[in-house]
Amino acid sequence: MTPAVIDDTTLYAVLAPFAAAVVAPFLTRWLKHNAAWPLALVPALIFLHFVGFIGPVSQGETFVAAKAWAPSYGVNFSVYVDGLSTLFGLLISGIGTFIILYAGGYLKGHPQQGRFFSFLFLFMGAMLGLVLGNNLISLFIFWELTSITSFLLIGFDHLRAASRRAAIQALVVTGGGGLVLLAGFIVIISATGEIEMSVLLASPDIIKDSGLYLPIFLLVLGGAFTKSAQFPFHFWLPNAMEAPTPVSAYLHSATMVKAGVYLLMRMHPLLGDTVLWTTVLPLFGGVTLLVGTILAVRQTDLKLMLAYTTVASLGLLVMLTGTSYEKALEGAVLYLLAHSLFKGALFMVAGTIDHEAGTRDVTKLGGLRSLMPITFAAACLASLSMAGLPPFIGFIAKEILYYGTSDISALGQLGIMVTIVAVVGNALMLVIAAAVAIKPFLGPEVETPKHAHEGPVLLIAGPVFLSVTGVIMALFAHTTGVWFIGPTLSSLLGEFTQIDLHLIPTKINAPVILSFITVGLGIALFTQLDRMRSMIASALDAIGWGPDKGFDQAVSGIVSLATAVTRVLQTGKMQTYMLLTFVFTALAVLLPGYLSGSFPALPKLPEYRFYEWGILLIAVLGLIAVLIAKTRLTAIVSLGVQGFAVALIFMMFGAPDLSFTQFMVETLSVVILALVMTRLNLSPRDHRSLASSVVTGVVAVAVGLGLMLTLLAITQQPFDSRLSEFFTEFSRSIAHGRNIVNVILVDFRGFDTLGEIAVVVLAGLCVLALIRIKTRPSDEALAKSTAGQAEKQTVEAR
Amino acid sequence: METGVAILIGLFFTVAVYLMLSKHLVRILLGIAILGNSVNMLIFTNGRLTREIPPLIPSHLYTPETATANPLPQALVLTAIVISFSFFAFLLVLAFRAYQELGTDEVNKMRVAEPENDPTPPQGY
Repeated sequence: MTPAVIDDTTLYAVLAPFAAAVVAPFLTRWLKHNAAWPLALVPALIFLHFVGFIGPVSQGETFVAAKAWAPSYGVNFSVYVDGLSTLFGLLISGIGTFIILYAGGYLKGHPQQGRFFSFLFLFMGAMLGLVLGNNLISLFIFWELTSITSFLLIGFDHLRAASRRAAIQALVVTGGGGLVLLAGFIVIISATGEIEMSVLLASPDIIKDSGLYLPIFLLVLGGAFTKSAQFPFHFWLPNAMEAPTPVSAYLHSATMVKAGVYLLMRMHPLLGDTVLWTTVLPLFGGVTLLVGTILAVRQTDLKLMLAYTTVASLGLLVMLTGTSYEKALEGAVLYLLAHSLFKGALFMVAGTIDHEAGTRDVTKLGGLRSLMPITFAAACLASLSMAGLPPFIGFIAKEILYYGTSDISALGQLGIMVTIVAVVGNALMLVIAAAVAIKPFLGPEVETPKHAHEGPVLLIAGPVFLSVTGVIMALFAHTTGVWFIGPTLSSLLGEFTQIDLHLIPTKINAPVILSFITVGLGIALFTQLDRMRSMIASALDAIGWGPDKGFDQAVSGIVSLATAVTRVLQTGKMQTYMLLTFVFTALAVLLPGYLSGSFPALPKLPEYRFYEWGILLIAVLGLIAVLIAKTRLTAIVSLGVQGFAVALIFMMFGAPDLSFTQFMVETLSVVILALVMTRLNLSPRDHRSLASSVVTGVVAVAVGLGLMLTLLAITQQPFDSRLSEFFTEFSRSIAHGRNIVNVILVDFRGFDTLGEIAVVVLAGLCVLALIRIKTRPSDEALAKSTAGQAEKQTVEAR
Repeated sequence: METGVAILIGLFFTVAVYLMLSKHLVRILLGIAILGNSVNMLIFTNGRLTREIPPLIPSHLYTPETATANPLPQALVLTAIVISFSFFAFLLVLAFRAYQELGTDEVNKMRVAEPENDPTPPQGY
């Protein structure tokens, strides 16, 4: 079905958060933290806009809208609205509304709260642009924008080194992955000639038939796995918990980290259902699920526990997407929705506890249920959904995904493996859910750093709403299926599908049994939580190395390498710089000519008259005299000799103006040199060791030889005299001058001469400034100490 | 016609580079002066050499009677001579002042901008 073209409102919906980002700081200066209320209207209105799409999209319709951005490159700012992008659009704007409110309460009184709102809105716009992006290049730009805004948000508390490290780490991993993705997109564009996602999706086999499937698959995976924190790139996500909690709840659980999953789902019709896809994705997803849950058990910090389960959930989503089996994909979509709701809520709960009790260490919390009853209720609802218990959306998600993976007839061995991993992962997920909901709230009351009490309405609105939504969606399972899950699944499959969801399983079958096993295993493991924690901790200590540490080693390795290279190349000694410069000059003039064989074989012997030979000989003698001069005066005079010889050569070849100027300039140079040099006590000769003489000599000869050969090669080519002929022909008729050289200087190229005069004036001013500048006391001391050092060194050398 | 001058220019460049690779400021300055001449002659010769006939137009004509020397490189070199001279004068005074301030004419001992034992950059974040 070809997408229908709609008006530009959706484009403006993507841009609206960027406008809000500009307004937010001013509004916050005026209204303080209450600015959250009007600001939250922006995502709320965007949400309503996307609600309007639910009806037509659930009927299988799709839409596009576009504005030309850089048309000469085929880059458009374009959106593609289907089930998948509608679901993501609703999640981003819906959760975003409550995150803005939550940020209002969480950072109340923070001096940079306006800036924080601004960053959040920038991210929101980037994320909307990403999930709606139709044009591959604009999709990439929004993809990288989410990395950059994520960097700003993680590093928001930039005075702490841990924040800075986490921010850089996230940027390097996700931004680097983005570049890999760009490479993938470029390969797609050059292999298929198409740049719009909707066009690509219209012919699903276009990439598989292009012959470049493997590189495209690997490059896209590189982008998706880094963004969605798949093992071994998972380490940046827990570290990103250094960000303020609204950021963790929004970016690092509900939205941004799902961008990778989004990409895999979006490209599933194009890349999915191949042997490679159903091998690599379940493998990495499964490993990520297990590693995530095991590391989550190890943590005692509420946010870190949640962060590792986010890693695990992303692994689960990738694993399910990797099966390419309809029912498992349906489970993935349901779990995606459920996870965004309960994880967003739980993060906000963790933040509220931290905000009100002063700690989020689970071992230092207890008995908060009576002090924070509403938060407790929200935590319970969200945790039960996470644990996969009825009547919550998490339960339906788990049922469906088990239903999909346990279908042995369709998936075979892969299904068995995936099911086992999913059961273990979900059981551990239940353990964490219980730990997060029960430990801080039940049990005896514990003394906390701050006297705990219920949070303000800004802080509890989000968790309550999101967790209640999880219940409502489960109770109206059929509607949820028709409105959200079916259309999204259609996007994954590339064909319109309708589904029928039920909260209560119709019969006792494999999924129900697997659910009982999961719950039983989870409860059993929960009783052993403390023992598991210490066991995992000691196991991790035994290993002692992880990708996180590896990142540090890589960074310090790069710094050391850069330092070493700098030490070699930037020695601080001018001689080294000069030598390197001339070595490369020699290579630059010698190598190309040598390799292309364009140097002349043997130059013809010149037929000069005897006095011409004489002038050349004078020049040579002058040069040699400069080289071997033992006293300053000899050197200066010899310099004058070669300069006058050059003037004579100019004269010899019909350039009296040059000759005249050269005589004047050489005379002046000699006079000034003599004036300055007699005031200095300078060494008349330079003492080079034999080795140094040979090296510098070889370099000098190489440069001279190279330029000579180049010049000979050039002069043996035919001469293009068009410019010279132009000047000769028009010098008199247009510019009314008979001396062609002078006419070129003052008329045809008058501005060049003006520039030349400016250079001369500037040089003169600089000389004047240098002479008149007084030595400052500190400079004098420095000069003395440097001179002293130099003297000492000379003495030591002797 | 150009071959002999081209060989001479090669020699000019060789001497200039050899002098510029010295430790002593004075020798480097001499090298720069010669380098200026080398480059000027290089440009001049690239425009081909013609003996003794300057690019002038007789008063009764609108174009020269016979083929003349190429005027274009001459114009370029005329500019270059003046600029290389002002550059040379500036460098000369700069060297003079550097010697006054630092008390040495040996370039390897002029380490104000890049002192020895510069601390390594921080390894943290």
